[in-house]
Amino acid sequence: MITQALPSTDSEPSGSIQIRRLVVYYGDKKALGPVDMTIPGRQVTALIGPSGCGKSTFLRSLNRMNEMVLGCRVEGDVRLDDEPIYGTGVDPVAVRRRIGMVFQKSNPFPKSVFENVAYGLRIGGIKDRSQLGDKVEQALQNAALWEEVKDRLHESAFGLSGGQQQRLCIARALAVEPDVILMDEPASALDPIATAHIEELIHELARKYTVVIVTHNMQQAARVSHHTAFFYMGDLIEFDRTQAIFTKPKQPKTEDYITGRFG
Amino acid sequence: MFGREHTDREYEHELLQLREQLLVMGSQVESLIGDSIRALQDRDTRLAERTIAADKGVDRIEVEIDGLCLQILARHQPVASDLRFITMVLKVVTDLERIADLGVNICERVLELNAEPQLKPYVDIPRMGTEVQSMLRDALDAFVAKDAERARKIIDRDQGVDALYAQVFRELLTFMMESGHNVYRATRLQSIAKYLERMADHATNLAEMVIFMVDGEDIRHKKSREESNETDPHRGQN
Repeated sequence: MITQALPSTDSEPSGSIQIRRLVVYYGDKKALGPVDMTIPGRQVTALIGPSGCGKSTFLRSLNRMNEMVLGCRVEGDVRLDDEPIYGTGVDPVAVRRRIGMVFQKSNPFPKSVFENVAYGLRIGGIKDRSQLGDKVEQALQNAALWEEVKDRLHESAFGLSGGQQQRLCIARALAVEPDVILMDEPASALDPIATAHIEELIHELARKYTVVIVTHNMQQAARVSHHTAFFYMGDLIEFDRTQAIFTKPKQPKTEDYITGRFG
Repeated sequence: MFGREHTDREYEHELLQLREQLLVMGSQVESLIGDSIRALQDRDTRLAERTIAADKGVDRIEVEIDGLCLQILARHQPVASDLRFITMVLKVVTDLERIADLGVNICERVLELNAEPQLKPYVDIPRMGTEVQSMLRDALDAFVAKDAERARKIIDRDQGVDALYAQVFRELLTFMMESGHNVYRATRLQSIAKYLERMADHATNLAEMVIFMVDGEDIRHKKSREESNETDPHRGQN
């Protein structure tokens, strides 16, 4: 087993995620772990590795999305700012409000731009129109989409471009004011310009949120992240500063994977 | 599962081609040093002229290698050891090209010296030449073998060449003090010794680059960087 921890600082910024002996099973088959690592708060951490290496399983276990997968079992401990995410008495819905997620394919609801962002707020019990309006605007601002949609807030979200739809999904995740944003290949279906918008946004998001991103695009991991974790066959092989991973990885498997000497 | 060759055969081929080109350039420069020293020792004006002309071939291959590096950077975005290799090659070709230029400078001085009677028997200058040639050869061997230890030994030898230069300089000074007629030839010989001393510095750079490529450790200017790092808050991380 390889355990990884980055050097801790005296005052850990909020939004850090502590993972201890995390193991995920699908049925009888172990898919991941044990993984030990601490994801630093308010920074971008990229998860890389070949298909089936466990990185998406790992990502989903950070906000209990794996529980929606039939036969999936999770062991170990995951904490957000020292508060357990798993355990009796912890509401998975409350966890997912603090730890939001954005998927590979943008999935706006068949509603207006405004209602897409307001959706989570309404579920959270906010009814006041002006308060809703303020929060929707703030979320769209934070997702760098406001200027492009402010005049068409009440038009269908499906009228937006692919890149705008993806940023709308990010705005929807931001509206409920989470601490962490998980992203599963958020730009893999976008053209280079829309991708650049998303990457620029990820840089901005890291000022306020902890961002964890799964990507198959190695250059993207190198561009957007502060730290990179390499997974292979269900194990965390190496976790280090991104600069170190892409210039001088310590593990030969990491070196082979990122340089393309693989498979 | 994990092979040492790139999955992308074309990428693998381009890196191999780059490595071979660099070795060709290295051997051209190595023989250029040898020829320039032989031209001095044998007072061979034609060899000096041929050697000056040979530098054009070194310049040509430098441009080719630079182009290949840019092509690989643009097409494959290399990382980790591949990235270190490419950045090393970009720097190494500059050092090799400078060494060749210094070889040309030696030949130019040889042409001037050959128009005059020989001032003295040449002993230490050819010794410097042999040592510099051997340092360059060892640096290239260390590069081929990816042997950081061998590269480290080259760096230690730079001081030996510096000491030889100081010795040559002192000796030439005595000739110049002896008679004003000696100054023209003595200053030319002193320049040649200085060129060789500079070549050893470039060979040392090469060795440092090999260490960076193999270990990922940048050992250049280590002392001054350590002093400035004392105030670096990230010092000691990883």
